[in-house]
Amino acid sequence: MTGAPNRADSPLLCVEDLVVEFRGGGLFSIGAEKVHAVRSISFVVGQGEAYGLVGESGSGKTTTGRCVLGLQVPTSGRIQLGSDDVVELRRRDSGALHRRIQAVFQNPVASLNPAMSVEEILAEPLRRLLGIRDRSAARRRSKDLLDEVRLPSDMLDRRPTELSGGQAQRVSIARALAPEPSLIVLDEAVSALDVATQAQVINLLADLRDETSVSYLFIAHDLAVVRHLCDRIGVMSTGEIVEEGTASAICHTPTDGYTQRLLAAVPVPDPTVKRVRHGLVNS
Amino acid sequence: MVRTFAYRLAAAVPLAVLVSFLAFGLVHLIPGSASETILGDGATLEAVAELDRQLGLDRPLHEQYWNWVTDAVRGDLGRSVITSRHVSDTLIERYPVTLSVAGGGLLVAVAIGVAGGTVAALRQGRLTDRLISLGTATGLAVPNFWVAVLLAFYVGVQLGWLPAVGYVGPTESLFEWVKHLIMPSIALGLGSAAVVARQMRGGLLDVLDRPYITAARAKGLRYRRVVVVHAMKNAFIPVVTVIGFQASVMLGGAVLVELIFGMPGIGVQVVGAVLSQDLPVVQGVVMVASLTVIVMNVLIDMSYAYFDPRVRLA
Repeated sequence: MTGAPNRADSPLLCVEDLVVEFRGGGLFSIGAEKVHAVRSISFVVGQGEAYGLVGESGSGKTTTGRCVLGLQVPTSGRIQLGSDDVVELRRRDSGALHRRIQAVFQNPVASLNPAMSVEEILAEPLRRLLGIRDRSAARRRSKDLLDEVRLPSDMLDRRPTELSGGQAQRVSIARALAPEPSLIVLDEAVSALDVATQAQVINLLADLRDETSVSYLFIAHDLAVVRHLCDRIGVMSTGEIVEEGTASAICHTPTDGYTQRLLAAVPVPDPTVKRVRHGLVNS
Repeated sequence: MVRTFAYRLAAAVPLAVLVSFLAFGLVHLIPGSASETILGDGATLEAVAELDRQLGLDRPLHEQYWNWVTDAVRGDLGRSVITSRHVSDTLIERYPVTLSVAGGGLLVAVAIGVAGGTVAALRQGRLTDRLISLGTATGLAVPNFWVAVLLAFYVGVQLGWLPAVGYVGPTESLFEWVKHLIMPSIALGLGSAAVVARQMRGGLLDVLDRPYITAARAKGLRYRRVVVVHAMKNAFIPVVTVIGFQASVMLGGAVLVELIFGMPGIGVQVVGAVLSQDLPVVQGVVMVASLTVIVMNVLIDMSYAYFDPRVRLA
């Protein structure tokens, strides 16, 4: 996917000077120090673009994702979806927001309610967001959704605990696709999967983007995963975007020291290359 | 469903047999015999021995037990050796009173416990939560008979809002029945309400932290639906276990509470029967009470399948 056209010209999601502070611990929260989870970051995700947000844990990338989803109210800054303000839209009509933004989370099985069948899981957004109340219509649509994520339709009657990690994550993706959103936030969506399944899910996500022209905000700690899927990448460290650029630029000519260290953390199967790269880190 | 119920009930038969052994054996551990109670302090040893023979108390224990069991299976629980009344008559007359109080107590425990625990969890760390925590600590610390005395005195006697003593059957007057049950139910249920509330709060907080709750919110469901459908149903599983346990606590506590409110339940009878070694009465009451608890537990077990579809009924 490297060298894909920069599609940021027609912005879908626009994050401007986003700041999120948490009050530190302490029993009475008085005089506790503020923790800056995110300190003034800005980025843009274009129509149909896949934007990767990478960084180590604690860098603020998940908090950023939660803000975009409207699950976390930012301390300051603006998040625009098209011409609407996300915070304001969620407060006024959360259904309207989530018809356009959906999410896939890290832990595949735990992200699905164990008491529900796959059919019920998929029917819920259809009913709430699209107003499909008719059971057979919902079932038909659910089968289509499973088909889109390459799962057989007999999965509808399974429960989350009867699914493998990869299958559960596909169900999560199908659930996110249900209202035909324009943006899907993928928060470490493949991190919990084994490498072979990871590759399958990444390929599926790439195919889905080609088919539906949905945009992705892909949050991950692993650059190797991100660069296969994303057009552009923002590298986050301690609440700031330290470097941003096209996937190939970030991966081949990183300028920031943190990005270089992040790249060095990607395992390489070739020992010769590995030795060379370790030289780079030590210098 | 009915078949499953019958099957589970049949599986509990060994437990019932064990309970009958224990009840039988325990009464025999108490020194003295029913004959001594009947004849009083001045009775001669010969007279006591003679009465023992008449009542069949001189036979070997296993024989006495066998006679009791074979009759009980036919529905004859024997007669009280003190009053000669049929034990089954006493039970039919008095057990509904005890059951009403226990049922009312359980209702109070579940209603207040679930509501309080849910509110506390949703308001975690705020004033409401702390007040409810204080309430549950108080509820656990205060014994039910003390609450019963306070209620009977202040609400019943001083304010005169509710009857302080007595009982009216539901067939006589449904309204009076409920009126007489309100205070005993509250006195009995508050402690258990605290236990249920704590479990509910903990369970709900635990579930609200799970990724699928975030996922449910992220897919745009209304918060109320997320809490009620996604969180509460799953949080309820450990609460049901606690409720099942509290059901038997209620039955034990009812005996004490009905005594304070002057209700003609099984409590007074069974205490008297134990003291006078009235074996048929003790045995009959213990058996019926333990069967009630067994049935309750089977029902609770089966309700898991509703809250947790992963549980299959076999």
